[in-house]
Amino acid sequence: MKLIVNGAEVDIASDGDTPLLWVLRDELDLVGTKYGCGMAQCGACTVHLAGQPIRSCITPVSAAAGKAVETIEGQAAGADLTAVQRAWLETDVAQCGYCQSGQIMVATALLKENPAPTDEQIDTAMAGNVCRCGTYPRIRKAVHLAAKLIATEAAV
Amino acid sequence: MSHSPMKAGLSRRQFVQAGGALLFAAECPITFANKANAVGGSAMMNSFVRIDPSNVITMLANHSEFGNGAYTVMTMMLAEELDVDYRAIQIEAAPTAPDYYSPLFREYLTAGSVTTGSTWLPMRTAGAKARAMLIEAAAQVWGVPQAELSTEAGEVHHSATGQRAPYGQLLESIHRLKIMPPDTVSLKDPSDFKVLGKPAKRHEGAAKVDGSAQFGIDLKLPGMLHGAIARPPVHGGRVVSFDATGALKMPGVVKVKAISAGVVVLAKSYWQAQKARGELAITWDRGDNDGVSSEQFYSEYRALAEQPGMLAEDIGDALGALSEAGRVIESVYEMPLLAHATLEPMNCIAQVSGDACTIWSGTQYQSNDQEVISRFLGIPQENVTVHRPLMGGSFGRRSSKKADFTVEAVEAAMGENVPVKIIWSREEDIRSGHYRPLFVHKMRGSLDASGMPDAWHQVAVGQSLMQGSKHDPAYMVRGIDIYSLDGCLQEPFGVFPYGTSYQIPHHRVESHNAPRIGIVPQEWRSVGHTHTGIAYECFLDELADAGEIDPLELRLRLTKDHARMNRVLRVLREKSQWDEPLTAGRGRGMAARIYSVSPVAQAVEVSVAENGDFTIDRVVCVLDCGFAVNPLGVEGQVEGGIAFGLGGAAFGNIDIVNGEVQQSNFHDYPVIRMSQMPKVEVHILPSDEPPTGVGEQATAPIAPAVANALFNATGQRVRRFPLSSQGFNLV
Ligand code: FES
Ligand code: FES
Repeated sequence: MKLIVNGAEVDIASDGDTPLLWVLRDELDLVGTKYGCGMAQCGACTVHLAGQPIRSCITPVSAAAGKAVETIEGQAAGADLTAVQRAWLETDVAQCGYCQSGQIMVATALLKENPAPTDEQIDTAMAGNVCRCGTYPRIRKAVHLAAKLIATEAAV
Repeated sequence: MSHSPMKAGLSRRQFVQAGGALLFAAECPITFANKANAVGGSAMMNSFVRIDPSNVITMLANHSEFGNGAYTVMTMMLAEELDVDYRAIQIEAAPTAPDYYSPLFREYLTAGSVTTGSTWLPMRTAGAKARAMLIEAAAQVWGVPQAELSTEAGEVHHSATGQRAPYGQLLESIHRLKIMPPDTVSLKDPSDFKVLGKPAKRHEGAAKVDGSAQFGIDLKLPGMLHGAIARPPVHGGRVVSFDATGALKMPGVVKVKAISAGVVVLAKSYWQAQKARGELAITWDRGDNDGVSSEQFYSEYRALAEQPGMLAEDIGDALGALSEAGRVIESVYEMPLLAHATLEPMNCIAQVSGDACTIWSGTQYQSNDQEVISRFLGIPQENVTVHRPLMGGSFGRRSSKKADFTVEAVEAAMGENVPVKIIWSREEDIRSGHYRPLFVHKMRGSLDASGMPDAWHQVAVGQSLMQGSKHDPAYMVRGIDIYSLDGCLQEPFGVFPYGTSYQIPHHRVESHNAPRIGIVPQEWRSVGHTHTGIAYECFLDELADAGEIDPLELRLRLTKDHARMNRVLRVLREKSQWDEPLTAGRGRGMAARIYSVSPVAQAVEVSVAENGDFTIDRVVCVLDCGFAVNPLGVEGQVEGGIAFGLGGAAFGNIDIVNGEVQQSNFHDYPVIRMSQMPKVEVHILPSDEPPTGVGEQATAPIAPAVANALFNATGQRVRRFPLSSQGFNLV
């Protein structure tokens, strides 16, 4: 089976029913994507599959065969962070940081769909992502900042 | 263990002296000069600071980073005195050696929000002493007086001649000239601070936005096997026998064996291990807890609360005053078991070779891990090496005195020649964890003629955290666990200078240690306050209501002799617009606690719908944490502390029925989500007092403040938690 992970084609040896999460983590050593619940309850494992945010813990790898998978490791181009990542840093969002890959992947997808979300839209889009450290106020702030960064950068 | 020993009431000068003693413990016998540690030309300037010739500065961190900001404040302290950029300091987890034990706990332990306070002088001194050696070296090499030298951005400067040298270039001279650390050194005056007291972003923040931060669960070692453990359905249960035929046929499975914790499946990958675990057929001995239930604990504890307990404090004559009072107000408060549910579940890698053992473990408590493992394996303590990665949250869970998730990995790794990594599934985390113990508090009170509290009688019943541990008797006073009465006592008790800032004339507090039954109690962010805060602050609210006195006004009067808390309350009144009326359906409540020695108070506004659904519209938090080392970090900890306490109060409940935990994952053990997170306004009071930690401070008052606000809005008192069990659903 082949996957396209962060733009590169890779061969997968794991059984087809293995959740994409564990293929990424254990077979491809892409451990930025996290395990938090294993049943689509926390969002820590969020990646993009064909551009859509999905919970990789309940997605069998076979469902991703031949499709583009984007993980947190594929966001920045080298030292060039994305606007969302820069906004996260600027806002000093992370505490333990464990949930933040998932948060950033969901926020990135949200801003592609909706470049200027309201607080309520942010709450709805990110309702599936748990942060046990309670960084929610800063996540909200960072999403707004990222929206602004994207808009200004698009304007130049 | 969890709290900072007595510091309140010390004058600034006494604190510095106390700090001097801490320094002694923190001072390092290792200097680069007497230790051949100068490999590759780098130098250990002292236990905490290593400089290498290319001017890379490394801090050996003796406190864990699990979101608490330890690495940020510690590098800030070092950077301030060493005149370097805190972000450029590399961090290495310090080895598990007595040199690195917390001077407060005399153990290698990060707990009780003490990191900031207890590293405040040692880390600055480490920086200042390293700097003094660099200055001395430059002065000798350049032949100029030390007084003419300054330091900036990792370099020593001589402005008169324009000479400058990066620290790394001076190491060779320090060696050659045999420069030793000075005995004493003066620290910067706070008015000269460039880093301390200024908002600073998280040291390891960058690694936490690109997925590169390495948590324990992320580590992979050559040849490593992955293990998943089938655990008994009841706490304290044991394996009788198991049939692994099916599991062994599953792909990737290498071995199945029984260990103390259950049956472990070892496989090539975690998913294979987890999947094969489902194929095991196990016969369990359900043990002594078979059949027990939370409801049974509540009723037993309620009955105990009617009996005289161990007497912790008896000021005035509370029993006499209550028997004579015209009106006695009585309430029983009941708080359930709570899981920590760190987002990174427990995990540990262990390798056992001969009489040596190495673990890779996200831990708050590595000296204890070392001790427990050495006892378990019968090997010398120094043969146990602990590698400590970052942690995806902890909240007390990773400070287990039993080192449960650590020692089981060691047991699983015994007889294997490779490292073994155990990961807990979320279900194991919720069902088989250690918990905030279930507590019942029986409260009785009466009022004086003016309506103020006159007599107070409290009986607390719950499992002790410290009983029978190695901290017994230090944290047990006459058999009473100081955490069972966290923040409830007016007089000094154990390591606590006092618990409450309130003065009630007749004040009697008793405690029962509920029987220990194999469900392991564990510190949970803000420890005893998680239940005592509810009992004390909600009941005080009941007395305020009975006496028809505004609850904030009542607390202002009760704290008139406690300047720090009184100031916090006055600011809260102003910042929360406390005296402005709210519209119908809305309510306002407050609570105030002393966490360790640091006062904090919160006012909460809620809106409640007919069906009990409620929102928290606003939380105003005023805190005094002494000198705020990193205001940006403090704010984050306050928001996080509130989210954590709020989740527990709103819907946290580990419910045991017929011996089995009923909850299993985030769908039935819900935690706060973004839409439920209130707007939090943080007011940090300026202070020149020594800093105190804030990781737990803001968790302490939030539950009672919300319950009091719900009462204010609806007239309904919640006395059994969580709120959701009483028809109040946070939306
Ligand atoms: S691990 Fe996939 S949603 Fe929690
Ligand atoms: S930052 Fe710790 S779980 Fe979100």
